[in-house]
Amino acid sequence: MPFVNWLKRHFVVIAGLLTLAYLLLPNVVVTVFSFNKPKGRFNYQWQQFSTDAWKDPCGVAGLCGSLSLSLQIAVWATIGATALGTMIAFALVRYRFRARGAVNSLIFLPMAMPEVVMAASLLTLFLNLGAQLGFWTILIAHIMFCLSFVVTAVKARVMSMDPRLEQAAQDLYAGPAQTFLRVTLPIAAPGIAAGALLAFALSFDDFIITNFNAGSTVTFPMFVWGSAQRGTPVQINVIGTAMFLIAVLFVLTSMVIGNRRNKQKASS
Amino acid sequence: MKTTNSGSGDVRLTGISKTYGSFAAVQPLDLTVPQGSFFALLGASGCGKTTTLRMIAGLEEPSSGTVHLGDQDVTALPPYKRPVNTVFQSYALFPHLDIFENVAFGLRRRGIKSVKKQVEDMLELVQLGEQARKKPHQLSGGQQQRVAVARALINTPKVLLLDEPLGALDLKLRRQMQLELKRIQTEVGITFVHVTHDQEEAMTMADTVAVMNAGRVEQLGSPTDLYENPNTTFVANFLGTSNLIEAEVDTKSGDDIVLKAGGGKLVLPESRCSAPTTAGGKVLVGVRPEKISLTHADAAGEIPEGRNRITGRIANSSFIGVSTQYVIDTSVCPEFEVYAQNIDRDARLAPGAEVVLHWSPAHTFGLDAAQDIDAGIQEEAAL
Repeated sequence: MPFVNWLKRHFVVIAGLLTLAYLLLPNVVVTVFSFNKPKGRFNYQWQQFSTDAWKDPCGVAGLCGSLSLSLQIAVWATIGATALGTMIAFALVRYRFRARGAVNSLIFLPMAMPEVVMAASLLTLFLNLGAQLGFWTILIAHIMFCLSFVVTAVKARVMSMDPRLEQAAQDLYAGPAQTFLRVTLPIAAPGIAAGALLAFALSFDDFIITNFNAGSTVTFPMFVWGSAQRGTPVQINVIGTAMFLIAVLFVLTSMVIGNRRNKQKASS
Repeated sequence: MKTTNSGSGDVRLTGISKTYGSFAAVQPLDLTVPQGSFFALLGASGCGKTTTLRMIAGLEEPSSGTVHLGDQDVTALPPYKRPVNTVFQSYALFPHLDIFENVAFGLRRRGIKSVKKQVEDMLELVQLGEQARKKPHQLSGGQQQRVAVARALINTPKVLLLDEPLGALDLKLRRQMQLELKRIQTEVGITFVHVTHDQEEAMTMADTVAVMNAGRVEQLGSPTDLYENPNTTFVANFLGTSNLIEAEVDTKSGDDIVLKAGGGKLVLPESRCSAPTTAGGKVLVGVRPEKISLTHADAAGEIPEGRNRITGRIANSSFIGVSTQYVIDTSVCPEFEVYAQNIDRDARLAPGAEVVLHWSPAHTFGLDAAQDIDAGIQEEAAL
């Protein structure tokens, strides 16, 4: 019986660890196989330890080019979607205008629509307009589908913001620009940041919409998919692992900075 | 209280009004708040008191009329250019700034570089020196309230506007803060305009109270004046409790009016009647519950001459420590309220007993009978 009791007491911890394992195991596999030295073209079986791929991440033709393209598109899409989405969110929360309710639900539609359908429709649109498929069509498409997410994230934040805070700022001699910079923006910042991160992640690993609207341009997800048909270079695992590590580092740094700031505050 | 330069720092509202579509939140009104006074705008929610305050702050644009601060017409000035600061309802402290920066906000916006000394002094005044580096959410409601006052006062505004500043606090803390605010006002000598729905709060703190109802100022005066001489049924019922009886003007004798009510006669000094009185016309006679004495019917002979009297039967009595509150069924009004101090309790004054209610004519007031006799009662019950 002691075992059952032990289980009862630690059930939450065990369940939590199992969930974490479920989430992280794929990443572990990716990392482990980035040190593999496969026989043949497919990196699906463990052969022997090697750091060859880590020493030469761009060793596969087209990989680093596609990676850099994906990063560029993600950065521009994030900037575009965040700027537009923030403005839309403020407009939807702050102003009462005709068709406000309709706009509110229209904003959600891209999130609900199957990606394949949206991709195909966009392609039709671009073809009819005679647009040259490539960087710009991908960017336009990415900004479009990222917008809904940014609007949702920012709107939640702006809605919970007391309009009296801005009135208080005005009452305390802050003009419109000062009020926005000193009060509105800092308070909305967490929502805007969340929207931007979401937009970056969505844009970076989007495959379906990009695939339809890329023409002959190849982004990183398209490269991975394409090479998976012919054989998977270890470098893909290297890039994947590197991105994962960078993200973890990012989170850890911000946590450390946050903690230090709180401690300073508490001691001063 | 500062009385120097009287007139030069007054807040003057002239013909000011605010309408939203077809709804008139504030009817055209004139109001002057003397410099250095503690002025209260009192009324139930939706009476236009907050809108009036926000028009002084510049947060609401008046539909008509002007706002003057001293000799300066500020009607067209945006809030950030008015020498006025506000303590908002629920405080509106900036959540992303610590207490020090919240208080320093106004000074910094005006380009003042060395704010440390001033902010620290101000935090001392409101006894929050220790909390300077905390965020607003780490403070209790009372402390947040004091930060809001400090943040506004540090700018030494010409007028400090307070929008229901104590509404979010519990009763005990509210009493404490009322005294605290009064102390600060006396100390700094700045004009305070205080919006509240709590009549006790208004009467405790303010030098002058304007009672507002449906976008109008019903009556303006000192707390005692409003309480003793209400001009309308709304004021009579909203400030404390009043017994109002409909009566007919019988004759006039000297400075007094003799009225007929339920077969008896009541005397009302003419100076205390705000309604026109013609023989045969109707007036509402009012008397406050604590001004009335109760005497058992068997001892009616002991009542001195010259007092107004009404007979009735005690319907209900509740003992509440310092006083006993009676509800008396009389011929003129079925629910006549009487508050008796518990000095010498007459054991015969129990429910069912026949009694005589009597009071001095000097404590009687007269109101225009054309008004709603129950105006202002609902709001009082909701408190």
